[in-house]
Amino acid sequence: MREQLVTDFDKIISDSNFSKKDIELKRISLDKFIEDGFPTKKKEDWKFLDINRAIEKNIGELDFYNDYSFQNKIDTSYFVKGLEHNKIVFINGRIEKIDFKSEDSNKIEIIEESNLSNKFNNINSLINLNNAFANKNYKINVKENYSLKKPLIVYHLTSNKIYKKNINLRLDFKLESNSSLRLIDYFEDDSKDNFINIFYNFDLEKDSSLKNYKIDHKDNKNVKYSFNNIDQKENSISETFILSSGSSFFKNEVNCDLNGKYSSAFVNGIFKLEDFKNHEIKTNINHLTENTKSYQLIKSVLGEGSKAAYQGKISVNSIAQKTDGYQLSKCILLDKTSEFNAKPELEIYADDVKCSHGSASGSLNEDSIFYLMSRGINYEQAKELLINGFLLDVIEKITDSETKNLIKNTLGLKE
Amino acid sequence: MREKELNILKDYKYGFTTDIESVKAPKGLNQEVIRFISNIKKEPQWLLEWRLKAFERLKALKEPDWQKPKYPKIDYQDLYYYSAPKSFKEKPNSLDDLDPKLLDTYKKLGIPLQEQKRLNGIAVDAVFDSVSVATTFKEKLTEKGIIFCSISEAVQKYPELVKKYLGTVIPITDHYFATLNSAVFTDGSFVYIPPNIRCPMELSTYFRINASDTGQFERTLIIADKGSYVSYLEGCTAPMRDENQLHAANVELIALDDAEIKYSTVQNWYPGDKDGKGGIYNFVTKRGLCKGKNSKISWTQVETGSAITWKYPSCILQGDNSIGEFYSIAITNNHQKADTGTKMIHLGKNTKSKIISKGISAGLSDMTYRGLVDISSRANNSRNYTQCDSLLMGNKCGAHTIPYIKNKNLESNIEHEATTSKISEDQLHYCQQRGLNQEEAVGLIVNGFCKEVLQQLPMEFAVEAQKLVGISLEGSVG
Repeated sequence: MREQLVTDFDKIISDSNFSKKDIELKRISLDKFIEDGFPTKKKEDWKFLDINRAIEKNIGELDFYNDYSFQNKIDTSYFVKGLEHNKIVFINGRIEKIDFKSEDSNKIEIIEESNLSNKFNNINSLINLNNAFANKNYKINVKENYSLKKPLIVYHLTSNKIYKKNINLRLDFKLESNSSLRLIDYFEDDSKDNFINIFYNFDLEKDSSLKNYKIDHKDNKNVKYSFNNIDQKENSISETFILSSGSSFFKNEVNCDLNGKYSSAFVNGIFKLEDFKNHEIKTNINHLTENTKSYQLIKSVLGEGSKAAYQGKISVNSIAQKTDGYQLSKCILLDKTSEFNAKPELEIYADDVKCSHGSASGSLNEDSIFYLMSRGINYEQAKELLINGFLLDVIEKITDSETKNLIKNTLGLKE
Repeated sequence: MREKELNILKDYKYGFTTDIESVKAPKGLNQEVIRFISNIKKEPQWLLEWRLKAFERLKALKEPDWQKPKYPKIDYQDLYYYSAPKSFKEKPNSLDDLDPKLLDTYKKLGIPLQEQKRLNGIAVDAVFDSVSVATTFKEKLTEKGIIFCSISEAVQKYPELVKKYLGTVIPITDHYFATLNSAVFTDGSFVYIPPNIRCPMELSTYFRINASDTGQFERTLIIADKGSYVSYLEGCTAPMRDENQLHAANVELIALDDAEIKYSTVQNWYPGDKDGKGGIYNFVTKRGLCKGKNSKISWTQVETGSAITWKYPSCILQGDNSIGEFYSIAITNNHQKADTGTKMIHLGKNTKSKIISKGISAGLSDMTYRGLVDISSRANNSRNYTQCDSLLMGNKCGAHTIPYIKNKNLESNIEHEATTSKISEDQLHYCQQRGLNQEEAVGLIVNGFCKEVLQQLPMEFAVEAQKLVGISLEGSVG
């Protein structure tokens, strides 16, 4: 793999017009990645799902070089209908379209920057890989006091042109004070056996609000990793919702630093898996100052051969008094071969806090099924009804009604 | 008056040393020392080989470092692995032959070695540094066929039992400290309860580290044969010393069909002084195997002492319908650190486990609950319930909860709950209004917080433990 990495890297560098400094920084990241390799089970954070094995098993040899000189055709049939929105379209890792036509163009600034900072070095080896190979960095800046009228949908499309490739994406968002953004990540894959590595960084200034919804619904055989880093100032709110269902391997990681007073973070998620899929959500909520709040709710329904893991960590700094942290994960196992792992972790250094977590897993309640069947509903329908009710609980936590409907439609849950 | 009492209590009252001549093995960890230990105990060849095999494996192992409380590296070559009072060259036949200094020591500790003076029916095996000094109530137990003696004695008298069970729950291929213990273990208790016998009294071991620079490596093996029951208590103290002392014990429990073992620990090793100097490193491996159908193992622990406590009493629920329980109170104050919890490994059908853990941290201490619940795909219809609550006093201490939950079985249920809080102003106010001072109020509330666990202890122990809880937190409020 090492030679592959080095030759692919050199190819990219010779094709591109990165500055000298950038190349240097990229090379440092590359060296670090070569040293560490893909994370394995031996790393505590990767204990439950081993991405190294997933890549070996599903993909084999990866190709890190992508030719970004050709434009891909955008198939508009993938676009979400019945919801007016702004778009950023990635096809096979190349940005094909950035469209903010429903917004005031003065209020949104799109900066194409290649200036890397080494702030995010060494969080884990995949971020280093991302730093080394990500093509262009776009930074989207939402100006003061501006709320986007329409949601922004980032399409992650792949076509069957790519096979056994590694794609690295990077987006930066800055929400200036009192601004707000609704961001939907929409995954549609026609490719298979690729490894897609996504890194988002959010800076939330005072009073800003971010809503990020990730929808991975279409069945595909790709391996994905996504890392969200959210930095929150005073009174800001972040809401993250993850629908984790389509890819054969997906790990979502959310790191949230609550730096300002009265800031709050919400992370909710659904795993709906079957067919030997492996998914994981890992959260890391750092309460760094007084009067901050976090809430997490994860529900999973696991079918044949599937495996889900949830690692949620609430950590409370010694000055972060009056913290309110809550975390709940629930799981229904539908098959003998399904498996659920959880590691809900609390790390607390302040005394005047209210923190709790809960976790439960088991099968569908036979009594409830009996109740429904005795009222003339057949077994399959009764099961579906119960599962839908179980999942709706999380969907109802979505505060944006347009997106809520979109997600309900994708999951086939009618009003 | 009360103040005076408190001042005495505030200091670690078991901190005295007994001035007694001792025989020690040469310092260091090597084959010769292992041979020396084996030789002085007149062990059979197979046990020596077993020890040496463990030692070979130890060389290949690395000390684990994933735990929360970090500690300076231990120099294993700078420790004495064997220390025994000199008068023990020949083991005394009865208590009358025992060195009076030793009897005095145990009297000071409140352990009734002289049976006639005892008030409560508890049979005691007292372990002083590396050797067992006395076991009481032997005759009465022998009548019923119960074997309760030191493990060295068991190796001589009942080699087939020891050979059959030793290392079946904690094999020599286990982690670093367990393997270290297998190589150099010195003494400990051995209990065998024959089929269908209910042990008529509480069995108890009392551990005492006296000599400096020694590590205590005891090994306890308890076997409850079909349909039997035993309740076992363990208590520990050590003198106050500036250096840290290592205590790496192994405890193995085996419950056969329909048998029940109840294992209670009140751990009060010297915790170090206010500035975190000295104290015991308590790195213990405790594991129980529910081997037979309908068997039950229950762990109860009150952890108040030690500079660092690092242990996870576990249950392997192998037999169908077997039950594992874990009740724990861990209290850390000043610079103490604890990383403790349990593992419940469900292998058999219809197995049940329950975990109740209460952690209290005060001062500058750090307290971690770490646990594993693993339900395998074969363990149909199994259940687990876990509750771990932490109480924080002051903002310089930490309380952490790290549970690992693995469910591979569709018919099984796992529930886990955890909360962290402090003593609320309202509760304090309510108690103070009724004439309790702040410290008493805190004591009352903390005892209430721990009640679920304290109830599990045998009566005599519960009273002691309750007092201990109060003493450990002395001076941590206000």
